[in-house]
Amino acid sequence: MVPGRSRWRAVLLWILLAAGPAAHVSLSAQEQPPKRPAQDEFVPLSELPPQEQLPAAPLLIAAYSVAWIVVAGYLFSIWRRMGRVEQELAEVSRRLQQRRS
Amino acid sequence: MAMPRWFAPLTVVVAAMFAYAPISIANAPIESTMLLVQKIFYFHVPSWFVMFSGAFLCAGASVRYLTKGSREADHYAITGAELAVVFGLIGLITGPLWGRKAWGVWWQWDVKLTLALVVWLSFVAYLLLRRFGGPGSEKLAAAVGIFGAVNIPFVYYSVNWWRTIHPKTSVVPTLGPGMRGTFWFCTLAFMLLMVLIAAMRVRLERHRALVNDLYLELED
Amino acid sequence: MSFLRTILLVLRKDLVVELRSGEILYTTAFFAVSCVLVFAFGFVREGRDLQDVAPGILWIAIAFSGTLALGRTFERERQSETLRALIVAPVDRPALYLAKLIGVTTLMAAVELLIVPLAALLFDAPLFRHALMTAALLAAGTVGFSAVGTLFAAMLVRARSRDVLLPILLYPLTVPVIIAGVRGTAALLQQPEPDLAIARMWLSLMVSFDVVFITLALWTFEPLMTD
Repeated sequence: MVPGRSRWRAVLLWILLAAGPAAHVSLSAQEQPPKRPAQDEFVPLSELPPQEQLPAAPLLIAAYSVAWIVVAGYLFSIWRRMGRVEQELAEVSRRLQQRRS
Repeated sequence: MAMPRWFAPLTVVVAAMFAYAPISIANAPIESTMLLVQKIFYFHVPSWFVMFSGAFLCAGASVRYLTKGSREADHYAITGAELAVVFGLIGLITGPLWGRKAWGVWWQWDVKLTLALVVWLSFVAYLLLRRFGGPGSEKLAAAVGIFGAVNIPFVYYSVNWWRTIHPKTSVVPTLGPGMRGTFWFCTLAFMLLMVLIAAMRVRLERHRALVNDLYLELED
Repeated sequence: MSFLRTILLVLRKDLVVELRSGEILYTTAFFAVSCVLVFAFGFVREGRDLQDVAPGILWIAIAFSGTLALGRTFERERQSETLRALIVAPVDRPALYLAKLIGVTTLMAAVELLIVPLAALLFDAPLFRHALMTAALLAAGTVGFSAVGTLFAAMLVRARSRDVLLPILLYPLTVPVIIAGVRGTAALLQQPEPDLAIARMWLSLMVSFDVVFITLALWTFEPLMTD
């Protein structure tokens, strides 16, 4: 047996053995997450409790960033794929030319 | 295979529109109930327009592909599906960001959101099939594209009845005069961007098909 | 060979093969039962109105076991390479589709005969109060699910990753069927008065879904199957 592999197995075994008690300790120490009523209806901003009044700017900036990043990412992906295909095209054409001549 | 003649000028136009868009959006009047965050609307709704346009492009091209066997139609089909997924993703992310502020919740099972999600998933499935289905999956993908589009009214009605029997209110602001101009400007910008991207993507597919054909010729 | 005769012959073949081994039926039925149980463990607790969860669990079990049944049915065809034989036979292709559709639907009906009473029992849900309406909802829903599923499963026979691709393709497209099935069944279980009008409304949605998608499938089956 390869020495590296048996070492990995030993490590995994220790992790498994440690996971049991660790899980038990962490689960019993868990607090209940604070309950927040779900909202299905539109509530005017002024009626929400203060901690619910999120600042709008980060959300707005995040939204626009997402839009830009996704579009830019997609354009980049097209550009890269195009580059690869053109390379392949040149390669295949070259080989065909060689064969024909 | 060069790009069509209108490509370069259109690129300039679209770039200019997107450069101007933030100014237009910043100048648009602030909506009274949702204030600043409502401005996400100017990117969010046009993204959905592009998604549904992409979905219908895919479905229409798929019909043509199945009936006429046109490979060019298949190029347009996969382009439509990719556009639908990419711009649907933008819509699905910007929507909850807006909704969290405007409604207090990240997601609501209202008709528009659920319909958009289901349609988006259908076209993600289309792309997964094209990618992992192996050879010959173009035809089945075409069926998925068609079924996905035909499904739209059914999903709309079923979710609508599902949600209206237990009514929830959802508020989409009606457009004030100052906002209308910005909104349509952004919509036009997005639709033109879609045309640009479609042109590039179809060209990519055509080249890919050409490479495949040449490889086959090489093997003979 | 006439359209109807083709359907009957293919159906008979499938029935005979299945009756001999019972492989798909028994395994799918047991899978459906396990599904119902797993979901029960997930949702049932003290003080919760059980009847709320029964329709959802029932229809999810139908969807999952239906996916399995579809995959297995065509896997059997693939292994014996009988699908190719069917396709090159001088018969109407749409007849093949209908025969497979009827076969799968019949199989699912047998499975539902098992899990509907089970759900009624486990969740104390009066599913048989309006037995005819419940049966109609189940029938329309199963047909709708199978209509889309049969087409895709047949197409995926030659594809890679076919096992996971079938649910990926099927579930978004059958959302209306699932919603209609669950809400229609829930309307029939309502306390104190079951809402028959609403159940009928959902039934009509499912029936129109069935009609549209079977037609669409019949139309696309031919071009899809031709290489």
